[in-house]
Amino acid sequence: MRIFFPILFTMAFVSALIYEAEAASFHVRKGTPLHTIKKAIALAGDSDTVFVHEGTYLETQLLIRKPLSLIGVNRPIIDAQHGDEILIVEAGNVLIRGFRLQNIGVSHLKDRAAIRIVESREVIIDDNILNNTFFGIYLQNSFQCTVRNNTVRGEAYDEMNAGNAIHIWKGRQMEVINNHLSHHRDGIYFEFVDQSLIRGNTSQDNMRYGLHFMFSNYDTYQENTFQRNGAGVAVMFSKHIKMVKNTFEENWGGSSYGILLKEISDGFMSQNTFKSNTVGVYAEGASRIKIENNNFIDNGKAMDIKGNCIDNQILSNNFIGNTFEVLTNSSSNLNHFEGNYWAQYSGYDLDKDGIGDFPHRPVNLFALITDKIPAANMLLYSFLVNALDMAERMFPEIIPENLSDERPRIKPLNHD
Amino acid sequence: MINITKFIINDLIKNWILLLYTALLLLATLGFFLLEGQGDKAILGVLNLTLLLVPMITVIFSTIYYYNMYEFLILLMAQPLRRRSILGSLFLGLVVSFGLAILAGLGLPLWLLHPGGVSLVLIVVALLLTFIFIGLALFVAVWLKDKARGMGMALFLWVYFVLIFDGLVLLMMYNFSDYPIGKIVLFITFLNPVDLGRIMVLMQTEAAALMGYSGAVFRQFFSEWRGMLASLLIMLAWSLCPAWLSLRMFRVKDL
Repeated sequence: MRIFFPILFTMAFVSALIYEAEAASFHVRKGTPLHTIKKAIALAGDSDTVFVHEGTYLETQLLIRKPLSLIGVNRPIIDAQHGDEILIVEAGNVLIRGFRLQNIGVSHLKDRAAIRIVESREVIIDDNILNNTFFGIYLQNSFQCTVRNNTVRGEAYDEMNAGNAIHIWKGRQMEVINNHLSHHRDGIYFEFVDQSLIRGNTSQDNMRYGLHFMFSNYDTYQENTFQRNGAGVAVMFSKHIKMVKNTFEENWGGSSYGILLKEISDGFMSQNTFKSNTVGVYAEGASRIKIENNNFIDNGKAMDIKGNCIDNQILSNNFIGNTFEVLTNSSSNLNHFEGNYWAQYSGYDLDKDGIGDFPHRPVNLFALITDKIPAANMLLYSFLVNALDMAERMFPEIIPENLSDERPRIKPLNHD
Repeated sequence: MINITKFIINDLIKNWILLLYTALLLLATLGFFLLEGQGDKAILGVLNLTLLLVPMITVIFSTIYYYNMYEFLILLMAQPLRRRSILGSLFLGLVVSFGLAILAGLGLPLWLLHPGGVSLVLIVVALLLTFIFIGLALFVAVWLKDKARGMGMALFLWVYFVLIFDGLVLLMMYNFSDYPIGKIVLFITFLNPVDLGRIMVLMQTEAAALMGYSGAVFRQFFSEWRGMLASLLIMLAWSLCPAWLSLRMFRVKDL
């Protein structure tokens, strides 16, 4: 009998534990007493699950203040009818999955978002479709959150009335994975976000930047595709950024770049593809960045490196079919170019070691002239300019003499 | 007049240099498309070739042709024909046969390989350049009786429009780069049909974006139909003015 009590006690404890773990679930369904999501969220306790079944729910400002899983079954629609924000998360450990959120009105007073996460940890936003929602997913001052597999499509028509698809302001260890973002102002917006990962996203047809990156350090972005954005991708005022295997393409227009590097240092860019951009890489005040094994194909200007960039290493890249290979506005060169393949290289390789026998000067005279005198653009592709350029390459007078690749490759590198 | 024109066209079409010229254009255009593979790049190649070759061949050939036909023209003078119609038919004959050469050598392959606005503009520009340089050639030939000086002048005109003019413009831009010269440069291009033609074609290609924000004045002007129309009219004026001047000179000249 004496041994019985402890066993009973243990059993009670264990069952209490199981009860705790097996959180309750609520089903929101049209035509049942529980037919609004707001009510379900109010009823649910900590760590409960709310299933929302298919149908259209006309609700806004659903405030989540406890750990909760909100799961859409057969993709229910929450329509804001051009009104205010839909989901506001102010608690950690929240999961939002499987919804279609749409029609949030444009506001000039408030950055309305379909999903706003405020000062929370470990929130997961998974597999949602956001349509015409001014701002899409807005995370502020949050940590370790994951945004994945969402499709965010805006209907922006001008920059003034558009919001960002994924907007993160202040945060750490965020993950933005496999999202599809289009027709917003910026596809992904990072400000003060450290140690985060952006992987496998597609950001296209946005009014301004595909990815807008400021004051964010130690971040990695890889295998993303940035396509046809108004101004490409901007990485500014950041340190220790890793950019690997991304594709930047068709960012074509008067002020469009594949990637804009401004005041950034200690970065690493590898195995990226820059294809058909007006300017592939535009670097201003960038230092100690290693750019290697990238492909620059069919760009107007493959690289525009301003004179205030120092100690960058440009190694083993392919430059194929670009109108101008490298452009700079300085007569000195503080960066290192080596072992690249330049399609415009006209040298030979007598000893057959795969390295051209004399250096290649990738800076085009005309590109330099137009940089100084924009009006000289009218002479683009003129016979005179081509002739001058050829002469200049042989006897450099105006182009920076030491901006040269001493070991240009004869054949393109295979980066796969 | 029509009869003489017909005769001259007949004579020119059988000329092996003209046939060679057509074949060269045809081969070069095909070659660019086969080598580059890609539309816009090939167009740029063809454009460069056109701007260099078409004025050169046209101006040299037309000058020589006038000098060769000089005795024939004197013979025609003996007939009750107006001087204007004699030189006019020579001009027309050259225009028609060189126009056909451009259409066959450049127009046909371009239209087959890359149909669209760029090709159309390129063909029109090539045709207009042909007319302009025939006019210039006749002007020089009527003006200078001496063959050597005439040929020299014709060649100088070609070098001037293709090379020297651009050099002068570049020099001017270097010296006045502190001033807002964007708009003025636009008007300066009107002074050279080769530059004007090049820009007209470039504006139709993706290369236009390379001009950046500074080329905005250009883009705005040349991509609008009004700008296009204005530049076409200027090109037309360029092709008619020298021809008209040469007609006037021919009418009063002591041959």
